[in-house]
Amino acid sequence: MFEKIWARHVVAEGPGGHVLLYIDRHLLHEGTTAAFGRLARRGRRVRRPDLSFATADHYLLTSPGLPTSDAETRGMVEALGRHTADQRILYFGVGDPRRGIVHVIGPEQGLTVPGITLVCGDSHTATHGAFGALAFGIGSSEVEHVLATQTLWQKKPLTMRISVDGRLGPGVNAKDVILAIIAKIGAGGGVRHAIEYAGSTIRSMSMDERMTVCNMSIEAGARAGMIAPDKTTFAYIEGRPLAPSGEAWRTALAEWKALPSDPGAVFDREAQLAASEIAPTVTWGTSPQDALPISARVPDPAAVADPGRRESMARALAYMGLEPGTPLSDVTVNRVFIGSCTNSRLDDLRAAARIAKGRRAVVPAWIVPGSGLIKRAAEAEGLDRVFMDAGFEWREAGCSMCVGMNGETAAAGERVASTSNRNFEGRQGKGARTHLMSPAMAAAAAVTGKLTDVRTLGT
Amino acid sequence: MEPFTRVTAVAVPIDLPNIDTDRVIPARFLRKDRSVPEYSSFLFHDVRFTADGAERPDFILNQAPYRGARIVVAAENFGCGSSREAAVWALAANGFRSVIAPSLGDIFHQNCFKNGVLPVILPAEAAAGLRRQLHDRPGATLTVDLETQAVTAPDGAQHRFEVDAFRKEMLLTGRDEIGLTLGFETKIVEFEARHAREMAWAVPPRAST
Ligand code: SF4
Repeated sequence: MFEKIWARHVVAEGPGGHVLLYIDRHLLHEGTTAAFGRLARRGRRVRRPDLSFATADHYLLTSPGLPTSDAETRGMVEALGRHTADQRILYFGVGDPRRGIVHVIGPEQGLTVPGITLVCGDSHTATHGAFGALAFGIGSSEVEHVLATQTLWQKKPLTMRISVDGRLGPGVNAKDVILAIIAKIGAGGGVRHAIEYAGSTIRSMSMDERMTVCNMSIEAGARAGMIAPDKTTFAYIEGRPLAPSGEAWRTALAEWKALPSDPGAVFDREAQLAASEIAPTVTWGTSPQDALPISARVPDPAAVADPGRRESMARALAYMGLEPGTPLSDVTVNRVFIGSCTNSRLDDLRAAARIAKGRRAVVPAWIVPGSGLIKRAAEAEGLDRVFMDAGFEWREAGCSMCVGMNGETAAAGERVASTSNRNFEGRQGKGARTHLMSPAMAAAAAVTGKLTDVRTLGT
Repeated sequence: MEPFTRVTAVAVPIDLPNIDTDRVIPARFLRKDRSVPEYSSFLFHDVRFTADGAERPDFILNQAPYRGARIVVAAENFGCGSSREAAVWALAANGFRSVIAPSLGDIFHQNCFKNGVLPVILPAEAAAGLRRQLHDRPGATLTVDLETQAVTAPDGAQHRFEVDAFRKEMLLTGRDEIGLTLGFETKIVEFEARHAREMAWAVPPRAST
């Protein structure tokens, strides 16, 4: 599948195995504003504004009211509005119900479809690979390059297939699958690779779940993550506002059906996981690879032979304020964050609501939907009431505490049960301690005040 | 972009694997313009300074022999995580010209090339050996030579490294990559015409704003 998409987008061959790759979609957010500025200063224009789409997600506050907390970030958001208007780029700005996290609204609007190349100045762009697109994150200079030329110089990555087969147990979902994969192959295990996720477990997932899996490909170091498109994919896309329709839909569908890898396709690397071996999972350290089943205990660095690994584990535990040997289910949390491009879609909110219903949050718990439209859809189902009755805070769409660029951070020393994708030191605020987990697990932590096996609450 | 040919400078060893770009530059500084005078202080900010802004003496960049370092010798997967190019900008603002490691975060690796910083991938044992020497002889210098594709260690040993011909040329000349690509205009136009015929469905309908 990867090879097929790659081959169709080569504009020219360069030296050293580099090719000039054509880009079908370019997604932009406030963080991209600097690239617009540089482009303008050099007197260059956006080559294909019709293939570029922008939203504001990182810097807006998710509390109702003022869009940003200070003049500096307000300036960034306003500049994006100015640049996109000037270049005639479709912008889902403040007040637009379609506004939301860039990786949530691309699929939601029908911009993300199989067989295309898609880039964004954000490392979680692999999310879009869930549709069988070749999607990867780029830096600010590359954003400027795409704006000016609609192409990128790229070297072909290696390919890896990760197959997950079997039925997931109760209380186990897509987030647990990807955390288990990263724990298995390591935070650097996918470097220089494009991963294809395959197997019966992946095929039986909804699009929302597949996006959760592909989203975290970068946490294994991979350049891209993809899943072959199938009936589930096509049903999701059909009828979305910016998806192909009419004659274009029929042609596209025929091509998409031919995209999946041929049965004998060879990958540079292969890895396998059995669904039955995956449990509800939480992280204990400061790298997404530091993940264990909730039934486990905080690991002991003394038991590790490799001195480098031992030191980094000890450092992670000191930062996290954890003692080796403590049962993970004894660890108390101060806050809960349910949101981010990993887990803020309708399936995620439903899973969290099932746990919250009829219970009561004992710590501050935020629900931050991925887009304005998801927020509305959840409200139409009454999920907002479920959450509010259970004492959760129902907020506006955005990245929020996933990265805290907008000022929504946890305090130093605070322990957060979070559905986001990174537990790095300081990611959710200076000194803040993050445990990654699924939405159901995060909701369970909210109602018990500690890391909790969601299966003990009845799923 | 400042070209890169050869740099001889003090090198600083960073032993922890998986140093993410959130640690290299915390998110709250990403709104800052690169031209602000305090930009260089954002590098490794939260591990380099205490809450009241004093230097942490245990952080290696604060130790006298490494202060003038312009080369980083890191462990596996340095620069993983967020795509923020500011991680490279912050390194460059402190004078760093090269990062040597057994592996680098993919996007960080690309971002280095765009900013005149040479990423060098060496086998894990070679990188570990360099770090050991730099600990044993604080303030020792390395030479990173792009033309000959070799790193010269403090003990005089030479380590060859691979670099893509394309990226090498761009760094040696300091060329503007966008300018180069715009030279492919005819090819891009041809491609777009063919693409529009063969994959017409790939262009989204114009949405009403
Ligand atoms: S939700 Fe988090 S990971 Fe996703 S785009 Fe926003 S900041 Fe990045």
